[in-house]
Amino acid sequence: MTGFFRRNGIVISTYLLLAVFVWVAIMIVLPQAYMLDFSFRFNLPPGKIGGPEDVYTLKNYRYLLFGRPGDEAMFNVLHLTVFLRTIIASIFVTLINFAICYPIAYYIAQVAKGGQARALILILILPFWVNEILRAFAFRILFGTSGVINAFLQTFGIIDQPIDFIRADIALYAGLSYAYILLMVFPLYNAIESLDHNQVEAARDLGSPWWRIHWRVVMPHAKPGIASGCTLVFMLTAGALAAPQILGGPSSFWFTQIIYRWFNTGGNWPQGAAYAIVLLLACLIFVLTVMRLFKVSLGEIAK
Amino acid sequence: MSADVDLDHVTIRFGDFTAVRDAHLGIKGGEFFSFLGPSGCGKTTILRAVSGFLEPTEGDVRIGGQSMRGIGPNKRPTALIFQNLALFPLMSVADNIAFGLEVRGVGKTERRKRADELLDLIALQGQGDKKVSELSGGQKQRVAIARALAVEPEVLLLDEPLSALDLKLRQHMRTELRAIQQRVGITFIYITHDQGEALTMSDRIAVMSQGVIQQVGSGADVYENSQTSFVASFVGENNPFVGRITAVDSTYAVVESSFGPLRGRNLSGLRTGDQAMLFVRPESLSYLNGGAAPENTIQSTVVNSEFEGSFFSVFLQGEGSKSIVMSMTNSGDLPAFEQGAAATVGFQADRAVVLPVGEVADE
Repeated sequence: MTGFFRRNGIVISTYLLLAVFVWVAIMIVLPQAYMLDFSFRFNLPPGKIGGPEDVYTLKNYRYLLFGRPGDEAMFNVLHLTVFLRTIIASIFVTLINFAICYPIAYYIAQVAKGGQARALILILILPFWVNEILRAFAFRILFGTSGVINAFLQTFGIIDQPIDFIRADIALYAGLSYAYILLMVFPLYNAIESLDHNQVEAARDLGSPWWRIHWRVVMPHAKPGIASGCTLVFMLTAGALAAPQILGGPSSFWFTQIIYRWFNTGGNWPQGAAYAIVLLLACLIFVLTVMRLFKVSLGEIAK
Repeated sequence: MSADVDLDHVTIRFGDFTAVRDAHLGIKGGEFFSFLGPSGCGKTTILRAVSGFLEPTEGDVRIGGQSMRGIGPNKRPTALIFQNLALFPLMSVADNIAFGLEVRGVGKTERRKRADELLDLIALQGQGDKKVSELSGGQKQRVAIARALAVEPEVLLLDEPLSALDLKLRQHMRTELRAIQQRVGITFIYITHDQGEALTMSDRIAVMSQGVIQQVGSGADVYENSQTSFVASFVGENNPFVGRITAVDSTYAVVESSFGPLRGRNLSGLRTGDQAMLFVRPESLSYLNGGAAPENTIQSTVVNSEFEGSFFSVFLQGEGSKSIVMSMTNSGDLPAFEQGAAATVGFQADRAVVLPVGEVADE
């Protein structure tokens, strides 16, 4: 510690420590701790908070699993279905994202020449200057029953009746995939870029077809980037609100929308907090599983 | 199995830049053939054209008599050893060596057997399960060779593979590479800017400069009978003397240099009146003070001498501050070359070559 102060000087050292403390303790740990605390409490009117009825309970978590006591169904089928669907759809979106981004990242990192690579990165970034809400609504225009895609397909006689992309959730998945695409491209790009191109050529020279070069040489090298990109996209997709709100079909609910309702219209913060904690835990478990599966450590992801 | 490699008037251009100009030569099966030249001379470009990573703009590369046009690097009977080796760091040593076999669908046990055999060949028995990063530089080198040999190529291409090693190891690996080549009997094409490597290992050498093959011949041939001023100055050390030719006969030409007339072999049929360069090697010069009458003599003064162990390098300065290098075997009875002392040196006409004025390698 004294070494740290001596190296950086008293002013900078104090600033660094304070900044890290504010960041970690006040902005991350404290509010989440409050949420955790909330999730184990009853939803009491302000007057009763701190009173004899303000005790810890598992009621909020029980509700997500089993619904209201005395309900006919054994489980809270509605909410559990939405929860599972959100997780599975997020995995699906993550995989789609990977499939789309891997070739792009490989091309920019290993194939494209200097100026071309920079231009491609710029093209990828520019659309993200437009804010998320606007992009989501733009997708509505694209995928609506009288939208651009339907108009195009009908003009060329490929379909007779417009396809309801929104009801079929195609618009939702497309929007979600697009929303966090950069968070997949850049970790992949970073990882693939550091691969010595001679290794690709060596594999090719030894007779390898292109797919085996990727499977045996490029992907193992890019593993930390793949893990990093997939976890980011998965976490953000599972926690997305704008895209499901705007592009979701009438029958498809995203778990975040339920959380949002508990907090907002429902006015039941403890219940919302419990739901949010469950989502957070599910995401963490997923990420840790993926990391175990691909044998990557947290340190590698941060590379 | 080894295959001939023919470069049939190969020209390779990148946009306006001509990297290789009309390279035309035949490499015999089983030969250890080197391309020698400074960086940027086009030698690596030729290697990439043979391995299939690029196509000649004009002309053709033939391996075993077959045109390689349109055949990718993964379909050619060649294997390339990269300058930085390009071993796969995430695979074990054995998996590296067996990668080419894995690609060819060879089963796991058979692969391991072949890898172990090759580990024997490169004297790394029992180290197949190690990580690449656990090996020393020389061991990595040998693994790269084994990985290339595993696919049983007819032609092995080596792109300056020894350049990353330290001097001692490099010299050791020269002997080893040559021995491996003789054991496996396949064609080796070796790229290097290090004339020592080229001279010691190769059956024949092609000396290149600025995309042009200057001369093809055995090491002794390019050293003793250099055909261009570039070859004479790049391969080994040489002392050039520029001047006009004043007389020629069937074998020799006399160059009127700033040291007076100097006679050497006229290898390229120069005629009286032509501007020419006479090259004489440091070891061909002898110290003549009071000695026998020389065929060619040069008056100079000693600048300094360097002790190199088995020989001395004596730096002389002649007319017009031209510097001359002479090397003398450390025979034990050499005179002390004191700075400023007058020195008369001379050489036999047979030990000097007279060539047209041209590019001189700056070293």
